[in-house]
Amino acid sequence: MRAVAAAVFLFMFLPVIFVAWISLFDQQIIAFPPDGYTLAWYANALRRQEFARGFATSFQVAAIATLIGVTLGAAAAYAIVRSRFVGREVLNTLLLGPLVVPGIVAGTALYVYYVALENALDLDIRATLPGLVLGHILLTIPWTVRLVSASLIGLDRAIEEAAANLGAAPLTVFRRITLPMMRPGLVAASLFSFIQSFENLELSLLLVGPGRITLPVAMLNYLEFRIDPTIAAVATIQIVIIGILMLISDRFVKLSRIV
Amino acid sequence: MSELVLSSLRKTYGPTIAVDDVSLTVREGELVALLGPSGCGKTTTLRMIAGFIEPTAGRILIGGRDVTHLPPHRRDTGMVFQSYALFPHMTVAQNVAFGLEMRKVARAEASRRVADALALVRLGRLGDRYPRQLSGGQQQRVALARALVVNPGVFLLDEPLSNLDAKLRLEVRVEIRELQRRLGLTTVFVTHDQEEALTLADRLVVMANGVVQQVGTPEELYESPANLFVAGFIGRSNVLHGRVAEPGRFESLGGLVLAVPPRDCGAPGRAALALRPERLSLAPPGTAAEPGRNAVAGRVALVTYLGATSEYRVAVGRDEVLTATLPTPPASHPLRRLAAGDNVTVTWPAEAGRLLAPEGMGPDGATEEGG
Repeated sequence: MRAVAAAVFLFMFLPVIFVAWISLFDQQIIAFPPDGYTLAWYANALRRQEFARGFATSFQVAAIATLIGVTLGAAAAYAIVRSRFVGREVLNTLLLGPLVVPGIVAGTALYVYYVALENALDLDIRATLPGLVLGHILLTIPWTVRLVSASLIGLDRAIEEAAANLGAAPLTVFRRITLPMMRPGLVAASLFSFIQSFENLELSLLLVGPGRITLPVAMLNYLEFRIDPTIAAVATIQIVIIGILMLISDRFVKLSRIV
Repeated sequence: MSELVLSSLRKTYGPTIAVDDVSLTVREGELVALLGPSGCGKTTTLRMIAGFIEPTAGRILIGGRDVTHLPPHRRDTGMVFQSYALFPHMTVAQNVAFGLEMRKVARAEASRRVADALALVRLGRLGDRYPRQLSGGQQQRVALARALVVNPGVFLLDEPLSNLDAKLRLEVRVEIRELQRRLGLTTVFVTHDQEEALTLADRLVVMANGVVQQVGTPEELYESPANLFVAGFIGRSNVLHGRVAEPGRFESLGGLVLAVPPRDCGAPGRAALALRPERLSLAPPGTAAEPGRNAVAGRVALVTYLGATSEYRVAVGRDEVLTATLPTPPASHPLRRLAAGDNVTVTWPAEAGRLLAPEGMGPDGATEEGG
């Protein structure tokens, strides 16, 4: 068992380790073994405007999309778990849809849809922050619905009844009892949503525009013109940042208990 | 504390009747147990009192106030749940303080009352712990303190002991009874455990299939069960089916002719005779009936030694069995040598028998075919 676990972990982390290793190679063309080591690629990554701006854009888009997506997704999960209405199962399945549709297909569809909307409404949607955020909200909803539903299903209804019995009106019960008990699910959903949005390439490809380029798209653009360890350095920085985010979330709620 | 009145309470789910026409008055300071097998409607009744289930018909009054259609948070009941239902994200003290907070009790007074309530259930020093850090018995006591701290009009307990192990159950049971007495709490207690109900309650309400079978003190239910269901559910009973030939004389299907108390004979006709096993005695074979007693010849089928008592299954008449429970006699007594296959005479005073309508329900809720 231990050996299998170790092998799986190695298989999963090997690419990450290689990326981090390559980012230190002292040569333009990647070859093994390296001639030597340098931090120059990190300096280059930090110097280049498109990565800094891409990071800022990605962060902004992911933060807004997460905020809106998790709010909507949590509300939907609450309705799906707690109330009985016609089409409940259908809604549940539909909300998981974005997981099934390939990102590039969804991106293209959104692009066409935005063009149609722009023509109808006479306003810019493509290549704007709202346009990008709207697309990314789609990425956050399936994760949120799943994770928040799970936390709601596991919630003992008697706990809410106990609060009502002690004199809490329905809204108070929700605010003081239900919401705090959903917190682990909400934190996990936010984290996953943020990462989904932050690292998304396919959906964003067609929706970005000048001055609104997300980090993954910026990385792809860079790769089109040259291959050097700068890209490995950028990837390493991104991995470290996401790792730190997960560690911070883990302080609030044990992720291992939810997923 | 206030009086609780249920009048003609009824709850149906489509064609299914969960609770049918339950009327009951729980006096101030009285502990009434709702007792019955699962699915008998006892929990539904309790949840209607708390306001979690809306009755289809009937009324609920707490201290004279009609609360039938009030939401739970405006009813002034204190409920203890089977799963305890403590707020996991709050400390013990915050759990207990929750009801006071909802009632906008001033902070200083609230913390004094929380401390008192925790002291009452002997958890004075655990106020800062979280529920998950407590044992099951401690969690149960937090739930009690949380319900009691607000001085509810009616105290409701939903199978509060069923998640505790046997030893702890006895402890908490005594504790609940003492608290209830000391504070004069008007209490409704739901349980499926007849021993629990008998030891705790001032009065019992035996329910089956949504219908109240009998209401009375433990003694009344045990000594004078109203029907076969109660006779079988509260304690154990031997049941002989047959008919009343004339007042005072019962003929069983197995051919036994028995003297029965004439007072509870209705008109002659089909009837069932219930006999408590501990009211039966065993005598040497051939013993004649004394006046006012029955004597029935039989053959021992099984002897079960239970320590303080021993149980004898005796085949009598045609295909009938009587179980006698006797204090285990001293080792030298001839009864100790009694074994399966031996002939004996089973005797009992005529007034120990209780005649009941034959079309009662068996203890498992199934309708018996009657005499």
